[in-house]
Amino acid sequence: MDLFSYDFMLRSLAGALIIGLTAPALGIYLVQRRLSLIGDGIGHVALTGVGVGLLLHHSPVITAVIVSAVGAVGVELVRQRGRTSGDLALALLFYGGIAGGVVLVGLSTDSSNANLLQYLFGSLITTSTQDVVIIAGLGLAVLLAMLLLRPALFAVSNDEEYARVSGLPVRTLNLLMAVTTAVTVTIAMRTVGLLLVSAMMVVPVAAAQQVTGGFRTTMTTAMAIGVGTAVAGFVVSAEVDTAPGATIVLLALAVFVLLAAGNAAWRVRPRRAEEPEPPDVVLHG
Amino acid sequence: MSIVRVSHAAVGYGGRHVLHDVSLDVGAGEVVAILGANGSGKSTLIRTVLRLVPLDSGEIDLFGVPQRRFRHWARIGYVPQRMSAGGGVPATVGEVVSSGRLARRGLFRPARVVDREAVRDALADVGLLDRISDPVATLSGGQQQRTLIARALAGEPDLLILDEPTAGVDAASQEAFARTLARFRAAGGTILLVAHELGALAPLIDRAVVVHGGGIAHAGPVPEPAGHHAGPDHDHLHPHAAAETPGICEWAPVDRMAG
Repeated sequence: MDLFSYDFMLRSLAGALIIGLTAPALGIYLVQRRLSLIGDGIGHVALTGVGVGLLLHHSPVITAVIVSAVGAVGVELVRQRGRTSGDLALALLFYGGIAGGVVLVGLSTDSSNANLLQYLFGSLITTSTQDVVIIAGLGLAVLLAMLLLRPALFAVSNDEEYARVSGLPVRTLNLLMAVTTAVTVTIAMRTVGLLLVSAMMVVPVAAAQQVTGGFRTTMTTAMAIGVGTAVAGFVVSAEVDTAPGATIVLLALAVFVLLAAGNAAWRVRPRRAEEPEPPDVVLHG
Repeated sequence: MSIVRVSHAAVGYGGRHVLHDVSLDVGAGEVVAILGANGSGKSTLIRTVLRLVPLDSGEIDLFGVPQRRFRHWARIGYVPQRMSAGGGVPATVGEVVSSGRLARRGLFRPARVVDREAVRDALADVGLLDRISDPVATLSGGQQQRTLIARALAGEPDLLILDEPTAGVDAASQEAFARTLARFRAAGGTILLVAHELGALAPLIDRAVVVHGGGIAHAGPVPEPAGHHAGPDHDHLHPHAAAETPGICEWAPVDRMAG
């Protein structure tokens, strides 16, 4: 297959693989603390960072990391203060982020609808070598943090009050989650786009937990589903010329539907096995 | 030495006083119950001791150290009222109980043999070792409550603080609970627990503190249930919350009722 004979294809595939592995490893903690949509909101904020980068002729990935990290920490501080006005504060931040992004991208010299769309929905062919190096470095850092700190992050996400009473640095861990979420959103924007970033964090986890019973098995299964759908979606999108991000997300959703249906069928299966077989059953070949 | 000392504590939420001038002293090896009606402030009192609710005025010492400077949280095992549901990500009994070990083993050190053994011992103590690999969502309410006790015990604490451990728990689990707490006390542990009713735990309690209207209404021996609450066939159902608020709650000391 000559699909992988182009350098830009290999670069994008590397990006897709890293996102497929990293996004669910982080997303499982977000799902557990009922913040499934936070990645989506931070994606809105990251667009302002893209606009800043384009305006300053700087790498949009780096400026997007910085702006979305600042936004994510802001969201976390709002969440820690009080929950009453948090919902509205988040909405204001997110819409400010996307409006600011659209305006700034429009002001930049190489502004075009195509330019904006490639950040919103991802793009295969525009990933540069520098982008891949940044994506790989940041993705590895996030992945290591999620795996090494799993017991502590599990404790905080599962029962924050208990974690505080255990003397864990809950505030620091929450800020770490905020920053790593922002980083993951930003590195995923090239592959799946800012509007679908959250899907790669949440959908593989939702699919995995249809068939798992423990946190660690859910995490590894979700990562496997993430990598599998990222590679398969990448190949399919290149072959039939569809948007890669949307193709990957649709495949992940298909895995979710299949596993959910299989799970439901397993639950309602007729429980024949518990009854003893009648002795006179004759099986015809 | 006193393990928990609360002096003249006052706590408020948004300008409303929940506790005022509350003092409490729990000595090493004691089992103290904080009793009171719903909304009396009894849960707020232990949440303040655990630093989950900020103190407006007064002082709290833990193991002889002012709460602000207290760092040995591994010495305290906290058992909340119920298991948090989480966002639906499954977790096994073993995984939940393992988080009780974090206070001892720190943030970065991976679990060692001694940690895994502590988790298994704690689960064996509450009679759930055979469920270690099962998802917690498949356990009954009473079994989930026992899982939370095991989580607290896994950290090998010196003080257990329990918030309504027997609320809505079946009789078998209540008795498993009482046996676990009795073993903990026999090994030299101190227990501070909040309860609406004591149930199977009653024989364990050395001393009771009754919180009523944000203050301490009684401190001393466990008060006899008063009035119709004392009847053997009274099942302690309170379908109308308002019915128990006026006057003195069911844990009011008998001598005051008589006088």
